[in-house]
Amino acid sequence: MTSVVLSTSAAAAQRRTLMVFAALIMVGAIAPFVMYPTFLMKVLCFALFACAFNLLLGFAGLLSFGHAAFFGGSAYITGYLCRDLGVTPELSLLAGAAFGGALGAVFGWVAIRRAGIYFAMITLGLAQLVFFLAMQFKFTGGEDGMQGIPRGKLFGLIDMSDNIAMYYFVFAVFLAGFWLINRTIHSPFGQILKAIRDNEPRATSLGYDVARYKLLAFVISATLAGLAGAMKSLVFQLASLADVHWHTSGQVVLMTLMGGLGTILGPVAGALTIVGLEDLLADKVGSWVTVIMGAMFVLCVMLFRRGVVGEIGALFNKSTAQPGAGQH
Amino acid sequence: MEIFGITSQAFFGQLLLGLINGSFYAILSLGLAIIFGLLNIINFAHGAQYMVGAFVAWLGLTYFGINYWVSLFVSPLVVGLAAVVIERTMLRHLYKLDHLYGLLLTFGLALIAEGVFKNLFGVSGESYEVPELLQGGVNLGFMFLPIYRAWIVVAALSVCLVTWYVIERTSLGATLRAATQRPDLVQALGINVPVMVTATYAAGAALAAFAGVLAAPVMQVNPVMGSNLIIVVFAVVVIGGMGSIAGAIITGLGLGVIEGLTKVFYPEASAVVIFVIMVLVLLVKPAGLFGKQA
Repeated sequence: MTSVVLSTSAAAAQRRTLMVFAALIMVGAIAPFVMYPTFLMKVLCFALFACAFNLLLGFAGLLSFGHAAFFGGSAYITGYLCRDLGVTPELSLLAGAAFGGALGAVFGWVAIRRAGIYFAMITLGLAQLVFFLAMQFKFTGGEDGMQGIPRGKLFGLIDMSDNIAMYYFVFAVFLAGFWLINRTIHSPFGQILKAIRDNEPRATSLGYDVARYKLLAFVISATLAGLAGAMKSLVFQLASLADVHWHTSGQVVLMTLMGGLGTILGPVAGALTIVGLEDLLADKVGSWVTVIMGAMFVLCVMLFRRGVVGEIGALFNKSTAQPGAGQH
Repeated sequence: MEIFGITSQAFFGQLLLGLINGSFYAILSLGLAIIFGLLNIINFAHGAQYMVGAFVAWLGLTYFGINYWVSLFVSPLVVGLAAVVIERTMLRHLYKLDHLYGLLLTFGLALIAEGVFKNLFGVSGESYEVPELLQGGVNLGFMFLPIYRAWIVVAALSVCLVTWYVIERTSLGATLRAATQRPDLVQALGINVPVMVTATYAAGAALAAFAGVLAAPVMQVNPVMGSNLIIVVFAVVVIGGMGSIAGAIITGLGLGVIEGLTKVFYPEASAVVIFVIMVLVLLVKPAGLFGKQA
């Protein structure tokens, strides 16, 4: 009896995921004809970044306050390969993602020694270390940033200086990353991550090597965050200190929190909202953007801890609503 | 006189600067530790409270003619009252949730404070004059000692010692320590724990504001002075562990001095040395130098 219920609900979940994907692909395919491609590419980069972050916080319960290091660090590496060494964009992107993963392995190896609040402080400190290094290294261009990164030709064929071509490439990369995260969450590995999030001592007592699972989750998350940053450096042809600054780490936390911790689509919705707001408000309120971001943090924590997608999900589906991270 | 090929003025000057920074690390990490002990919340707004403390002193002097000595009391009071409001209206509702929500809320508050002050006063920074009584300096032979800098170290350490004494040696402190361990039992014994929690948060914030006033004459009073400092203080807290008050003070001072000496011998590394030490400590003793494994 139980197994039947389980399998139908699993099938339903799979159908839902397929529908989400189909809807995403349709919306994404039409979008550049309705909105500015540059804006959309920015949204997609940050959406992938937030999804990667969500994998860690929403599903493994680890709050990293240092994800800007992967995002910004990979942006520099990809920019350097593309601009100064003349490597093709697709290889530079892969190298950027690999760099993010390697850096993530180091961060994770150090940070998982402590849990909870210390984990957040350690990742923040490590990211600050990367920030200062980026400020001092010659190849990053210091305060000026790394400018004039060429988009190049994809596979030596498609000229990506065309915004529409670039958009579809970014969209494809985003979909691949999104699929990978989705696949990870629904794999046995993802289930164990959730078990660790909800009850770490129990997972340990069941024989799981908790530290190894956390580290692997951290590396996957850092790799994809790096991929997002690498892509951003190609789109805007710029990698700067702002990308490695703790503000960026805070931003990705806000996107995820606002969209809905531990939901599949939440980070995408959050990225769309925040990037959209920034775009909309930048020329109207200028420097008040920081204050508005802060106020949104406060509002989300006090009133909407489930985030936009989480609240909607709870409305539609009271019985199977998944509690977000931390509400245990 | 030279030490390792560096003039004694440069050497002791940086050492003093290190001690000054160390004093700020000590006060701020002490406040963080006290708040964390009772509220189980990492106060990300601590840096902002330090910044606001400095600004209240600067505003007081510039617009109302309130002098430095009065500011040393008024500014912590103002920031402390603001902290009471924050605790009563917001933080209070988060104690039953995961720690991370407290961190995120105070992060949001820090962004708001930083943003508001940036809009009102710009980022260039305002200068605050050293009070008359503490101007000038003494020539010690091996170095020139500006009196105000010596005062910072003395004042900061005195406040740290008083805090340590109150917590470790008085009955109020004993109650506080008991409430850190078992708030339910302390409450059952007829002590108003919620009021104590509010007062603790206010006291921690007031400590940060006090540090801000001390810093005003030597650092530029600007909106980002707190956020850069707080990240270093977090690293200090990770290194020291939040288990012991004395540990927080010693770690803060020690790291300040190490940072100062790095500036003398290898200036390129001075911005990162504390983070590097953090990594090393985590590898050798994950719980921190004075901490218990949490």
